[in-house]
Amino acid sequence: MKTFRIGGVHPAENKLSAAEPIKVADLPKVAVYPMGQHIGAPAKPVVQKGDKVKVGTMIAEAGGFVSAPIFSGVSGTVQKIDTVIDASGYAKPAVFIAVEGDEWEETIDRSEKLVTLKDKPELTPEDIVNKIKAAGVVGMGGACFPTHVKLTPPPGAKPEWVIINAVECEPYLTADHRLMLEKADQILVGVDLLMKAGKVNKGFIGIEENKPDAIKLMTEKAAAGYPDIEIVPLKTKYPQGGEKQLIDAVVARQVPAPPAIPVNVGAIVQNVGTAYAVYEAVMKNKPLFERVVTVTGKSLAHPSNLLARMGTPMSQLIDACGGLPADTGKVIGGGPMMGKALVNIEVPICKGSSGVLIMNNEEARRGEPQPCIRCAKCVSACPMGLEPYLLATASSMKMWDKVEAEDITSCIECGSCQFTCPSKRPLLDNIRMGKQTVMGIIRSRQAAKK
Amino acid sequence: MNKLVVSLSPHVHSGDSVAKNMYWVLAALVPALICSFIGFGVGAIITTAISVVSCVFFEWAITKFIMKSDKCTICDGSAVLTGVLLAFNMPSNIAPWIVVIGAFFAIGVVKMTFGGLGCNLFNPALAARAFLLISFPVQMTTWPVVGQSFNTYLDAETAATPLALMSQAFKGDTTALSQLPSAWDMLIGNTGGCLGEVCALAMILGLVILLVKKVITWHIPVSIIATVFVLSGLFNLVDPIRFANPVAEILSGGLMLGAIFMATDYVTSPMSKKGQLVYGVAIGALTVIIRTFGAYPEGMSFAILIMNAFTPIINQYCKPKRFGEVPAKK
Repeated sequence: MKTFRIGGVHPAENKLSAAEPIKVADLPKVAVYPMGQHIGAPAKPVVQKGDKVKVGTMIAEAGGFVSAPIFSGVSGTVQKIDTVIDASGYAKPAVFIAVEGDEWEETIDRSEKLVTLKDKPELTPEDIVNKIKAAGVVGMGGACFPTHVKLTPPPGAKPEWVIINAVECEPYLTADHRLMLEKADQILVGVDLLMKAGKVNKGFIGIEENKPDAIKLMTEKAAAGYPDIEIVPLKTKYPQGGEKQLIDAVVARQVPAPPAIPVNVGAIVQNVGTAYAVYEAVMKNKPLFERVVTVTGKSLAHPSNLLARMGTPMSQLIDACGGLPADTGKVIGGGPMMGKALVNIEVPICKGSSGVLIMNNEEARRGEPQPCIRCAKCVSACPMGLEPYLLATASSMKMWDKVEAEDITSCIECGSCQFTCPSKRPLLDNIRMGKQTVMGIIRSRQAAKK
Repeated sequence: MNKLVVSLSPHVHSGDSVAKNMYWVLAALVPALICSFIGFGVGAIITTAISVVSCVFFEWAITKFIMKSDKCTICDGSAVLTGVLLAFNMPSNIAPWIVVIGAFFAIGVVKMTFGGLGCNLFNPALAARAFLLISFPVQMTTWPVVGQSFNTYLDAETAATPLALMSQAFKGDTTALSQLPSAWDMLIGNTGGCLGEVCALAMILGLVILLVKKVITWHIPVSIIATVFVLSGLFNLVDPIRFANPVAEILSGGLMLGAIFMATDYVTSPMSKKGQLVYGVAIGALTVIIRTFGAYPEGMSFAILIMNAFTPIINQYCKPKRFGEVPAKK
């Protein structure tokens, strides 16, 4: 079975909510929309206090090319434009909307009817990219890179394949898994649209073998109508959902070190949730304002997959799953390997909110670090072929030249090293610090040259 | 509501720990200890016990009275492991006071002076063995033979080991090699030698345990054993009267013990797979050279210690293959 070739770990999967069908979450009383929900420039608000908005109304426009507009997921009145603490822990400018009813923009096609490319053969690649851009679609896996940017390759790069990331390698999360089981047809149309937009003839959907039902269903559906889309079962291994790891696993090509990007080896990688959002944006005229969120945790009464409007506070979703357990020690936005620990649970659901994970007091604490015994398990685990023990130690000693020479900027911050370390050392904490510093040094060096 | 813990990812851990690794190595050494008890009698157990107790005592005393630290480091199992490995490198009939001196050198000098666990340059048990071999050459090379009664300790019968015979053969004794025990006897441990090294089969069982529990990878032991086999095989082809056959070479002396348990010591071996192969091949080659041409019949300990010294340089030059360097496949 295919997988990526360097490193990797296998954390306990804990997919508690894999058998839970997607349920529609209740509307919030007040929906909150931070302006920085994506990689790139924050969006700029286009509404003012007192404005009436509907579901699907644009409330903020893109702040640049690498940026995305933001749409209201609720109908009501703009209450204020203020700041809110988002999943990053920082206060960010945000639009607050007091919810009244549930009135949608008339342009949105709310019917369940499946629309395929055969129904709309007149769509050109440019039409598709423009619709994706206008609908504010970003990568739904968590990194939130604006989708239209990936579909606009730099000069000289020629895409050959669209690779759909459906591996969901983070433990606990099941949102993508459920989406595939319940929206397989729409996802395949979305992939078809992405292939047309990227002007490629071949699409792959990479799915880990721990989701055999999704592999079977998608394979059957693809065989029935999409000969150019191939389902690739992958060995369950973290971090297979890393863009570079997925390309290596599916087409056996390795993206060179930065500044090279995936399209330089011919791949456009999109998350399976993004493919669904692309379908809705292009075929249903529906901008990105809701998503599937896995709300899970061992102490939680009912781990679930919820279709939530963006702007809904996480606390409301937790209440819908049985409420915050008394022994809660940590709440994580995303999965346990790369998710962010939240400062409070009023953080709103954003475009990249794939999950809410609740850990009890015991799970929340890290083990006591011990001396490095140089067991080299971090070296074996690193999917980028780096030496985490060296990068962490040299970073803590502020040896910036050394860590730059040792390729610290290639680190994808997957956490495999720290996960595997028998001495429970805070390897990634130190490496992040070193990586941030070195990237700052590189930027100032480039600025000085200009 | 309780305050939430906020820390950076990853938020989960594999559950692996230093102690777990150390205890699995100890578990992998149990078959050899049992073989040693069957072969050499109760002396094997007594020597091991003295060594372990002394090593743990020295680590505890140095941590508490010299480093003045409240942290208890003896629970991580590394001092116990050093104790067992030190005992396994000595004859079972050795005087207890020599064992205690060895333990002091291993823990006090080789390990703690460099900063304790993870900081030592040389394998503590091996460095202590080398120290004892030079300080007490007679006691350290008087090897008991197997098949002694269970209550045997200091009064064990002794005889030349296969390695001593091989060394004699090289120096011109044309009948020495014909006195070698059969490969089968060496495999099951029906021969003389130091405490832990006699039964190659028990060592291989230990290797299987270590590999299955993912404590070590195959790179170091396999590269050492393969190198010794190939190199001594070449010598044997050239002159079978002076050079023993390669099967006897890999089954005798501390080769299995060294390749599986001593050279694979985390702290003193290289970090990358490439580096581990370089290290293993160099140890194998040095072992054959020292065994054949050196003053001591035993080559393994010195070969490992020499390569311990090269480990930092190997780490410098043998980097893991970075992602993105693999040539594109079409």
